[in-house]
Formats: sequence, structure tokens, C-alpha cells
Amino acid sequence: MRKHSCRKVASLRRTMAELGEADEAELQRLVAAEQQKAQFTAQVHHFMELCWDKCVEKPGNRLDSRTENCLSSCVDRFIDTTLAITSRFAQIVQKGGQ
Amino acid sequence: MEGGFGSDFGGSGSGKLDPGLIMEQVKVQIAVANAQELLQRMTDKCFRKCIGKPGGSLDNSEQPGRPGAGVRAVPGAAKSRAEPCAPPLPQKCIAMCMDRYMDAWNTVSRAYNSRLQRERANM
Repeated sequence: MRKHSCRKVASLRRTMAELGEADEAELQRLVAAEQQKAQFTAQVHHFMELCWDKCVEKPGNRLDSRTENCLSSCVDRFIDTTLAITSRFAQIVQKGGQ
Repeated sequence: MEGGFGSDFGGSGSGKLDPGLIMEQVKVQIAVANAQELLQRMTDKCFRKCIGKPGGSLDNSEQPGRPGAGVRAVPGAAKSRAEPCAPPLPQKCIAMCMDRYMDAWNTVSRAYNSRLQRERANM
């Protein structure tokens, strides 16, 4: 699903071939910034996929503080999990290579 | 196609491309794509939260986990019942769910941003 906005950026790169050098460098900078923003947004969507189910029971008139804390923690714990998996996987691969 | 891909992003007939104009259009297109994705996910989540047993219409669909399964929700009937916390009708549930989904989106976005800044500060 995240591919949609990334495809826009890819199509833009093809367009850039038609520009002069200075314009192209400028555009490259701006595109890189937008790409970073798009990646951030895509990641937030992904967090919502996981954290909404974990943290929100029945939608009420507002999010209570328990739900808000749950959502924040969910993001942090997911990132911690990612880091833990990455580092352990590196160890596994390294051990496998000996 | 006249102008090739340039015509997608603000190229005029002469083929001269303006980075500012191009970026404006890119931002709009990305925003539209993001809105579509948000709606798609929000619809999915709120359907799950608000519609249990699908009925013949939105008003006649039960909400998930409600006691008295098999009883249809009828507009106005909630007022005559003495329940202090009568669950909202599906349409009200959907409206609340949408608002909460966007609140949650903002909370998650802020949390992620803070974490990124913390990680950068530690590098």
C-alpha cells in the first residue's frame, strides 16, 4: 500500500532527466525530502495497523490517557523489537558463517 | 504524448520544467495518496469495531460483542431503554471511530517523531 506515493516519486525521477543541471540538483534535494516524509507517513500507517487493535477497545468521545500511553508505548516497543531482532539476527548470521 | 512525463508535473508546451511547480504537484499527489490510504485503513478498522453481524442496512447491523444478540438496533429505541450506557448506533459508532482513529494517528505520529529525535540525539 505504501508503494503508491513512492511510485509518484519514481515517476518524478524520470521527469528530472528533462531538466537542466542546476534545476535537477534542486529538484533532487526537494524530492529526497518528500521521500523521507512519505516514508515516515507509511511507517505511521503501519504502526496504526498494529497499535490500534492493541490499544483501542471501543471508540469513545475522546482517547483517554491510558489509550494514549498505550499507543506511544506501542511505537517504542515495536522499534525496540525491530532493533532486538536486527541485532540478534546479525549474531545468528555471524555464528552461522564460522 | 506531448511533453512526455513532463506534462504530468507542470511542463508547458515548450518543454521547460519549473521545479517549484513540479514540487507543488508532487506534494498534492502524495497528499492524495496518503488520504486514500488513511481512508482505506480507517474503514477497515472501524468496520471491525462497529459492525458485528452485518444486517440488511447500516442501521440494522449489530455491533460486535453486544449483549442481546439477535435484536436489531432500531433508531430511537435506545432512548426508551433505561440503559445508562446504551451503545451508539452503528453510524454514530463509525463517526466516533473515525475521530478516534485520527486522534490515534496523531498520537502515534508524535510518538514516532519523538523516538526518531531521541535516536538521532544518541548517535
